[in-house]
Amino acid sequence: MKRTAVVLTAAWLAASAGAAAAKDKVKVGFIGPLTGGVAANGIGGRNSAELAVKLRNADPKAKYEYEFVVLDDECKPNVGVQVATKMAADRSIVAAATHYCSAVAIGTVETYHKLGLPVIVWGAVLPDITYRNKFAEVHRVNGTMINQNETAAKLMAGLGFKKWAVIHDTTDYGKGHNKYFSEALKPLGGEILGTYGVTADQQDFTAELTQVKALNPEVVYFGGLTPIGIRIRSQMDRLGVKAVFQGTSGIKSDAFIEGLGPLAEGALSFIEGAPVDKLPGGQFFKTEYDKAGYKEPPEAYGAFAFAAMKLILDRIEEVGPDRAKVNEALNRTANYDSIVGPVTFDDHGQNAVPIISKYVVQDGKWVVWEDSEYASGKRKLR
Amino acid sequence: MDITLLGQHLINGLMLGVMYGLVAVGFTLFFGVLDVIKFSHGDVLTVGAFTAFATYLALKAMQVASPWLQLAAISLVAMLATALLGAAIAKYLVLPLRGAPALNTLLITLMLGTVLREGVRLIFPDGSNPKPFPRLLPADAFTWGALTLRVDTLILLAAGLGMIVGLHLVINRTKLGLAIRSVAQDGETAMIMGVNFTAIVLITFALGSAVAAFAGVMNGLYYNEINFGMGLLLGVFGFSAAVVGGLGNIYGAILGGFLFAGLQTVGAVALPFASAYKDVFALAVLIAIMAWRPTGLIAEKTSERV
Repeated sequence: MKRTAVVLTAAWLAASAGAAAAKDKVKVGFIGPLTGGVAANGIGGRNSAELAVKLRNADPKAKYEYEFVVLDDECKPNVGVQVATKMAADRSIVAAATHYCSAVAIGTVETYHKLGLPVIVWGAVLPDITYRNKFAEVHRVNGTMINQNETAAKLMAGLGFKKWAVIHDTTDYGKGHNKYFSEALKPLGGEILGTYGVTADQQDFTAELTQVKALNPEVVYFGGLTPIGIRIRSQMDRLGVKAVFQGTSGIKSDAFIEGLGPLAEGALSFIEGAPVDKLPGGQFFKTEYDKAGYKEPPEAYGAFAFAAMKLILDRIEEVGPDRAKVNEALNRTANYDSIVGPVTFDDHGQNAVPIISKYVVQDGKWVVWEDSEYASGKRKLR
Repeated sequence: MDITLLGQHLINGLMLGVMYGLVAVGFTLFFGVLDVIKFSHGDVLTVGAFTAFATYLALKAMQVASPWLQLAAISLVAMLATALLGAAIAKYLVLPLRGAPALNTLLITLMLGTVLREGVRLIFPDGSNPKPFPRLLPADAFTWGALTLRVDTLILLAAGLGMIVGLHLVINRTKLGLAIRSVAQDGETAMIMGVNFTAIVLITFALGSAVAAFAGVMNGLYYNEINFGMGLLLGVFGFSAAVVGGLGNIYGAILGGFLFAGLQTVGAVALPFASAYKDVFALAVLIAIMAWRPTGLIAEKTSERV
């Protein structure tokens, strides 16, 4: 009894001593679209990153007291470069979690590189953000269409499919998907029998699909967006092309199912990220987020913003509030345990093992692959 | 190439040709009677397709279940509505500009096209997204090797060809057709002969627009999908077909439609490089043909060129 009291007293003393000794203040930044069309995603990301800072400040073991600086990039590249410059030029800010929009993120990487601010991209998916240059300051926790296609190729090859035909639109989006899927499929032994580029507003695909039909593939891979995805799937049916319809993140929309009706059944889609309850630390994140009392939901990439900010804070705790040291520590990140799964940065600062979700249409709904009757073997992809 | 595969390409091409031809006929009719180019024609087609879709939704709400009845009703309503729209466009936009340079008509109808297109997108609920057009025709399929033929494809093809034959009969065998031809040949002389010029122009615009609506419904039934931008490209292709066939000549328009569809199919199938270039290829060949025969393959018989 007596001993317990002593321990408690000691703990209390230690805690109050920690609180009493004023901690050094350290600034960390966040940039995302807080106004405009995708503001919901930006605000969800901001709340989540702020939550990471709040939790750290509430932790008595933290060495520093963190101040959270927020700027709005409006999802516009020109505004993004302005606010990125503002943040990077403020030497008191040690590191930042930045950007949801790809067009903004790709425009700002140079700024961070020149001004030496370590950043972790928390939502933008364009591969070029990390891969076009080799800027030591730029990192990313979420995946890209490269990872998306690796996951897609792995799943499909694992299911025993061997022959593909590829149809893609000729925008950067479609061409990127074609490139990365082809690259991912090759080492897995899949064969691409034919590749067809189509324009993004094309109506008739019967000529291409007749060619596809003659090749007799098991899977039609489609890299593009919902509207022509609907047309291609529907015309496959008219021409009797019997193959699995494998799409990309571009068709993961309710409009796809609404536009096709029962024909949508069994179509596949892959997207970067995952619903919160599918994340390794999703339950913890959800509980804390709700406890913090935010009005807006965290949205799809909130957990990634949280993970990015937490990683920054961990590194500052490790090496002190110094940009160069923090950056170096970030670059060494391997198998870091985060709420979005393990994080390992490759030589471009890209998380090499990001989380990707697989979806399949089942009874008029997008269902996470693992939960679907297709995965359990009850239904078969045809 | 496998013969059944060739057959499939042939069917695909024929179907496209019929649709392009039906759109091209409108362009050529309007040019025939008034010497104007009406660029909103493709979007009138979109309006027709969406009117048909709206009618279908209404019928479904009224629990009319027979697909044949639904089909007849949606085609009729769509064609009537666009016929009225076409006549209204002629009366309020095209005829008042008769004295003005032809460029003005072209521009004003180009703008009208945007108005119609954006109107469909904004007014129709969730109009930005593609809409699933109902399957009202039997979809049983026959398969020979690489050739899969659905009954509805055959019916649509027959209906399209029937429409073309019907138009031919109207133009060549009826009094109305005679009046249209006389106005096309020489409006003033026709008036002297007692032809009601304005009425004939309005009827021609109504006729051309109704045919476009027919093509729109066909398009919806064939692709089982409609969207607010469907008329834009069809308009461009139809216009190209009409021009290459010879503006003002109905057979030229139909020939142009089939030619364009054939070129697109060849472009997608036979060219060694990516099929993305099939439109580039088809349009490039049309440009070459236009350079060779500036008035089109079948020129208007009575050319006023001096």
